[in-house]
Amino acid sequence: MGAEFLVQLKGITKRFPGVVANHQVDLTLMPGEIHALLGENGSGKSTLMSVLTGLYRPDEGEVFIGGQRVQFRSPHDAIKAGVGMVHQHFKLVDTFTVAQNVILGDRRVPFVPSMSEIEDQIERISSGYGLAVNPRAYVWQLSVGEKQRVEIVKMLYRGCSVLILDEPTAVLTIQESRQLFANIREMAAQGRTVVVITHKLHEVMEIADRVTVLRRGEAVATFKRGGFTERDLALAMVGRDVVSQVEKPPAVQKDVVLELQDVYALNNLGRLGLRSISLTVRGGEILGIAGVAGNGQRELSEVVTGLRPALRGRIQVDGTDVTGEGPRGFIDRGVAHVPEDRLGAGLVPGLNAVDNLILKEYRRKMARGPFLDRRGAESNALELIGRFGVRLSSLYNPVKFMSGGNLQRLLLAREISSEPRLIVAVYPVRGLDIAATEAVHRLLLEQRAQGTAILLISEDLDEIFKLSDRIAVLFEGAVTGVLPATGADAEEIGLLMMGSRKMEEQAV
Amino acid sequence: MKIGLITLEKRAAPSPIMAVMVPVVSVFMALLVGAIFLKITGREPLPIYFEMFSRAFGTRYGLSETIVKSIPLMLAGLGVAVAFRMQLWNIGGEGQLFMGAFAATWVALSFPDQAAYLLLPLMFFAGCAGGAVWGLLPAIPRAYMGVNEIITTLMLNYVAILWVEYLVYGPWKDPHGYNFPLTAKFTAGAILPTMGDSRIHAGLLFGLTIAVVLWVVFNRTKWGYEVRVIGDSPGAARFAGMNIPRNILVVMAVSGAICGLAGMAEVSGLMHRLQPGFSPGYGYTAIIIAWLAKLNPLAIVLVAFLFGGLQVGGYIVQTTGVPATMVAMLQGSVLFFILGGDILLRYRLRWRRSPDSGAPGKGVGA
Ligand SMILES: Nc1ncnc2c1ncn2[C@@H]1O[C@H](COP(=O)(O)OP(=O)(O)OP(=O)(O)O)[C@@H](O)[C@H]1O
Ligand SMILES: [Mg+2]
Repeated sequence: MGAEFLVQLKGITKRFPGVVANHQVDLTLMPGEIHALLGENGSGKSTLMSVLTGLYRPDEGEVFIGGQRVQFRSPHDAIKAGVGMVHQHFKLVDTFTVAQNVILGDRRVPFVPSMSEIEDQIERISSGYGLAVNPRAYVWQLSVGEKQRVEIVKMLYRGCSVLILDEPTAVLTIQESRQLFANIREMAAQGRTVVVITHKLHEVMEIADRVTVLRRGEAVATFKRGGFTERDLALAMVGRDVVSQVEKPPAVQKDVVLELQDVYALNNLGRLGLRSISLTVRGGEILGIAGVAGNGQRELSEVVTGLRPALRGRIQVDGTDVTGEGPRGFIDRGVAHVPEDRLGAGLVPGLNAVDNLILKEYRRKMARGPFLDRRGAESNALELIGRFGVRLSSLYNPVKFMSGGNLQRLLLAREISSEPRLIVAVYPVRGLDIAATEAVHRLLLEQRAQGTAILLISEDLDEIFKLSDRIAVLFEGAVTGVLPATGADAEEIGLLMMGSRKMEEQAV
Repeated sequence: MKIGLITLEKRAAPSPIMAVMVPVVSVFMALLVGAIFLKITGREPLPIYFEMFSRAFGTRYGLSETIVKSIPLMLAGLGVAVAFRMQLWNIGGEGQLFMGAFAATWVALSFPDQAAYLLLPLMFFAGCAGGAVWGLLPAIPRAYMGVNEIITTLMLNYVAILWVEYLVYGPWKDPHGYNFPLTAKFTAGAILPTMGDSRIHAGLLFGLTIAVVLWVVFNRTKWGYEVRVIGDSPGAARFAGMNIPRNILVVMAVSGAICGLAGMAEVSGLMHRLQPGFSPGYGYTAIIIAWLAKLNPLAIVLVAFLFGGLQVGGYIVQTTGVPATMVAMLQGSVLFFILGGDILLRYRLRWRRSPDSGAPGKGVGA
């Protein structure tokens, strides 16, 4: 056993009913290295790291830390040994403050903790790494990005020297990602080991000292910095070359489907989250919403799906005034929604795939009077799972056990199959692998070709440019400009994202 | 979690074999513990157990008494299960049962001369309504202000019980009752029919019918689906346009109505009058029954029957000199082991191979 390894996984096999999530996986982590873990959706990345952090017990194989064999019973044990993980789906208590969440379950904390001391400590740690969090804020008030920072701070607070981040950048803005990478480098420089799970090849190129690629549960390759190209990674991941080409035919302009006139709305903190938003989306058109996350994206997506009431202004769908209606009114008018928070809103974690796929249709297509059409629901599920390539071990397992990418496919399958008039897609490819990303983009463009109006909210400018016909930029809850995608340049949009208003193009 | 040399490890999903085995083993373990105590107090456990079971389930009289006992347990168990399905913790089954009994009694005493075909349906609806109102009272603050229903439903139990006591000690006391705290006996029209010469009354039919209906509602209807979704994820329910406050009201009303019906059936089918303490905590035992049955309505019928048997068996062996507390203890240990066994469904036991292999290695501290 090489003493130079800080962590060594040997021959790890983990089976779940119906799937082998990890098969004979070997992995080593060095002190102070940044190790990327790459693989398609469902290839077993999260499972492998959950084995390392004591959440799962391997069926076969051994874990060594500092040359000593360990058997963690729980994440607690792992944290005590200095190994901490920030999960894809955060495990925070909404009604607690940040500080309360950070100390939750920490056995070192005295029975009656001094919150102000802890809050100071948290502030010190978070500012030391540039992870802006307010220890006194309640978690329900936080954006997804902020929640993640809380999770990271939590692990740092416990003194973890091996930090595992499961798709951390999936929820971050480009700026935040850059900041996070700087933090990660800093941590590595101080001798901490950071494992980063990601689907973004350029991030691997940018940050990884070494990268291990998983394919269908097996570790197929490990590369060292400088010894690989993006193409090598893609090849190892998929087993073949991926052609990244999605065609975007010119838009066929149809009637206006969604129209917002001078809409204001509050955010979760009770302040103005949207100011005077006026936008239109036509059938057969994709309107991309660019902007740094936290500038009103969430509020906008909720206002146009009825989840958040508009304070002022008017919202029309297909010419009908729907201002003041709840989600049901919007659903009934054909508004589909791919929300930011998959397991918290889009899907019902404890229900199975069949039940989740009828969440929008249980009152209509999947109903026979007061009854549910069980057989219809089942064949519907089988059809959608086939058509959208959802991989799952059983139709009847709660969906909370599915991998992140497959959850998103399941959600998209349901929303797109409802033949909507308008799709509100919020970060639709977050957490998806390359192939799945392509598939989702193709699906959205297919919908566009069929005349569906699409409101695409994304912080990935490449994605916005690739798909949108027009781009609107949000800054501090207001639209700073709307411009056609062809001919728009990233520089200009970048400026708008920072708040410089584009005066000449206020109309439309 | 660690207990000595054994550690508990979370399971991904409960195994189906365990789901069956755990309750069986639990009951067995409970009997074993009971046996030890019987032995200590100088009694032979086996004959007593034999006596208990053969009397409760083996004789005509015992069996019919077991069924009689199981009726309120079954109804109240079904009632609270409705709320539990939506993660509403209705601890107020007892109070709803009392209010159902009160409302049904009010009808019976107010219209003593009516015929059964008029009076019984009226009492049926009054019973449901009494329980429903008692379920709705805590549901309203819960639905619109998020007030925790555990406390409010529990507190309302005392209100309901004291209200009934006030009535039977005061305005409703039977003038010909030698000052006992009882209402007058119901007239013939207010009494539920019984089966043959046994005491089994039509409340059994209510219970069985409601169990089947609830099973269908939970598993096959749109509304049952909504209840499941809301119970599992309010966020997703909102997303799908479900009306959560309204469903809280409906669910608590239905839950209370079924518990109220349990009270109506007791007074109309068995007591034939209202008297204090007519329920030895059916509404609380119902909570346990609903849980043991994993909220499955059909299983609730079975579990209620077993609990009925346990109580009847207990009464019967008391006549042979076994103290009543012994019976209560036996019931308690059945629960203890089943609830304890439930952990085995969600966790896996691991024996530590060597005392130190469980130590999480040496820390690699920052
Ligand atoms: N608790 C569980 N029970 C049953 N199956 C599971 C469980 N956890 C994971 N799986 C299955 O194991 C496989 C690997 O899942 P895992 O979450 O590790 O993938 P992943 O590489 O993290 O994917 P993604 O990129 O989509 O997050 C998947 O097929 C998944 O459905
Ligand atoms: Mg994952």
